Amino acid sequence: MAATTHDTTLRLDNRKLAMWTFLGSEFLFFGAFISAYLLYLQTTAGGPGVGIFDIPFTSISSFVLLMSSLTMVLAHSAHARGDLRRMRLWILATAGQGAVFLGGQVFEFTVFVKEGLVLTESPFASSFYVLTGFHSAHVFIGILLLLTLYAFSHTGKVQAHQDVKTEMIGLYWHFVDIIWVVIFTVVYLIPEIAVG
Amino acid sequence: MTATDTSHEDRASTSHAHPSPRDYVNIAVVLAVLTALEVSTYFVDFGRIAIPMLLVLMSVKFLYVAGWFMHLKFDTKVFSLLMYAGLAFALVLYVITVVIVYTGHMPAS
Repeated sequence: MAATTHDTTLRLDNRKLAMWTFLGSEFLFFGAFISAYLLYLQTTAGGPGVGIFDIPFTSISSFVLLMSSLTMVLAHSAHARGDLRRMRLWILATAGQGAVFLGGQVFEFTVFVKEGLVLTESPFASSFYVLTGFHSAHVFIGILLLLTLYAFSHTGKVQAHQDVKTEMIGLYWHFVDIIWVVIFTVVYLIPEIAVG
Repeated sequence: MTATDTSHEDRASTSHAHPSPRDYVNIAVVLAVLTALEVSTYFVDFGRIAIPMLLVLMSVKFLYVAGWFMHLKFDTKVFSLLMYAGLAFALVLYVITVVIVYTGHMPAS
């Protein structure tokens, strides 16, 4: 009986199936916010628009988040080999890069607010902050998950043969990265070229 | 936990062949180069090809991360189906947005 605890009738691991179903719905969630942003791109109400973006700065934080996907997959790879020590190191590296990205977002938001782009300034500002704010919230939750995984690997709640737990958190983390790949292009780079 | 449980936990994650760490690093290098190309559009004037180029680069990066880092390339097609279904719905939403804009119902600035 125990052997089939996590199987579905499709012979798939139900935890991974649940995670992919959740991630599929998340694509729609972010798709809605990205669409709203594009709709309100020019509705700045006389306030700051896309010209306020600091592309070189955002490029660096985007690169950091992209590389965090590498350390995440290396953590899973180490766990799959039963190497918990290396897995922990890569997990901490991933969480650290996530924290650097979040710090960059906080800095960027602070600068924007000082330059007059506040949440209620215009539909453009609202849609921008809601989209990037929700993404940052996802990064923050991802960091909490990574630190929990790290702690559980020390207490024995995550053991060497349970690499599916690292894989699940990895899927979430890569999703957060993949959404930023879209946001960086569609929200920052293309409007900067088209409008800026 | 029983021995049967343990073997199941193993199988759950390793039912497909995992690429090696070196493969992952190679993919990351490709992603870094693609990102550098994207950022170059801010500094270099690519003219009319800039936006199509950015969309292609974004799509390639997306597929690399999903295929290799999220293992969709090696996992069951059911997971790919779930992801692409979410993406398809998101694209439908975007098309509706574009239709709203081009039919003159765009919100006033």
